[in-house]
Amino acid sequence: MQLKKTSIKKALFAASCSLLAGNSVAKDWDFDAALMYYGESDRVQAIEGIFKANRTLKDDREFSSKLVVDSLTGASANGAVPQTSAQTFTTPSGNGQYTAGAGETPLDDSFLDTRVQVAAQWSQPLGEKYIVSTGANFSNEYDYQSAAFNSSIGRYLNNKNTTVSLGLSYAMDSVDAVGGRPVGLSTMVVDEGQFANAEAFQAAFDATRQSGGEDGKDTVDVVLGLTQVINRRWITQFNISLSEVDGYLTDPYKVVSQVDTSGLSVNQLYENRPGTRSKQAFFAQSKYHFEKSVWDISYRLTNDDWGIQSHTIESRYHFLLSNNRYIEPHVRFYQQSEADFYTPFLREGESLPEFASADYRIGKLNTYTLGVKYGKKLENGREYGVRLEYYSQAPQSVGVEPLGQLESLDLYPSLDAVILQFDYKF
Amino acid sequence: MFKVIKFSMVLVALGMAGCSSLGVQPWERDLLAKEEMSLSAGATDLALDDHIYFSKEGTSGGRGFAGGGCGCN
Repeated sequence: MQLKKTSIKKALFAASCSLLAGNSVAKDWDFDAALMYYGESDRVQAIEGIFKANRTLKDDREFSSKLVVDSLTGASANGAVPQTSAQTFTTPSGNGQYTAGAGETPLDDSFLDTRVQVAAQWSQPLGEKYIVSTGANFSNEYDYQSAAFNSSIGRYLNNKNTTVSLGLSYAMDSVDAVGGRPVGLSTMVVDEGQFANAEAFQAAFDATRQSGGEDGKDTVDVVLGLTQVINRRWITQFNISLSEVDGYLTDPYKVVSQVDTSGLSVNQLYENRPGTRSKQAFFAQSKYHFEKSVWDISYRLTNDDWGIQSHTIESRYHFLLSNNRYIEPHVRFYQQSEADFYTPFLREGESLPEFASADYRIGKLNTYTLGVKYGKKLENGREYGVRLEYYSQAPQSVGVEPLGQLESLDLYPSLDAVILQFDYKF
Repeated sequence: MFKVIKFSMVLVALGMAGCSSLGVQPWERDLLAKEEMSLSAGATDLALDDHIYFSKEGTSGGRGFAGGGCGCN
């Protein structure tokens, strides 16, 4: 009986809160801090920290700000094919070399970067039926800068059970590639003693660099959204996104191997991608509140004019345990087709295509993530959580027949990573 | 190119048609008002995940803006 009384009281309290025309009382600051470690076996290691400060002001006006710092180190696949003998490459700066042993996937180990990002967002109701939001986002890393601005408007319909929204974002990025931007599909110059002196090598290296041309990219995103409450336990969301990117979209540090009929790599050509990309995405999400759990499932379909189509299914099952604790298993499956200009290698003697990349990230790829989060809500809105995830990438063959020695080598190496995260809200 | 848009439009049209009969009264929002039922619950986890997947996969966005902001891809 006591239990029943309490739950009725709770329900009445929740109902009265919802009936109020909005939150007319200003709340103090809410802070959210998180630290994440990302580690790939033998490749990239990263540490990322996020600090967020949110403040809800009178009449549901809300200010949020975010600081993100991340640091990357380790080695990244440069796109070249493995060989049965050791290979030597020139670093992106042209000031050094790195090698890949026999049978090894060539990895550029000069990969090191620190990124700092700051963001601020303001949102508020506009009358009874609208909500507006606007924000800015700046990020800076050694070879890349970005500034982005966004605005959105939402319209409540059907007793606030339906919300339709329109969001716009414009991002201006600039690329300051280490060693300069390579000329697309020019041949990497490797100093194997053939140059009379350092100046002669430098002159040959400089000839592979662009002197002018586009060194940034602009991105315009439009997101149309629909949020629908189905019933007391069920809410859904549907988004359609359009994105237009224009500028330097090539990865200046990636190469494509040019091989002869025996599979021997005779040249490494700097990759070259188109200067525009049009992307579309459909995203659907459903959240259902069972008696003691919440199931969040989402699906995303993307398509673009590079020929990449992807499907993503993601599920988070939030089990509410006793003492305000929770446990949340997470699974995610991702599948993408390859870009039209993706190829694991080029053949010597054949005419060069206009665009080519051997970057496995735009190749045919399957990935999955398995993870679990454990957390506990404490007094005064404080909360902590720990998350552990396993991420696996399995690049797929695109049906290009391996030549000679490449038949015995792994052209599509898989990659595993572990993610560990701590977060604390206060 | 228009495959995604067409598919989305059909779904959204179907959704909109059924919307008026769906939903709850203001006093039935007790569960929907809970933090874990918010569509943006776990925003920090999602932001960290987005950064990883943006860096390691060929497509991004959908939930929000696909945007730039990172030289990692």
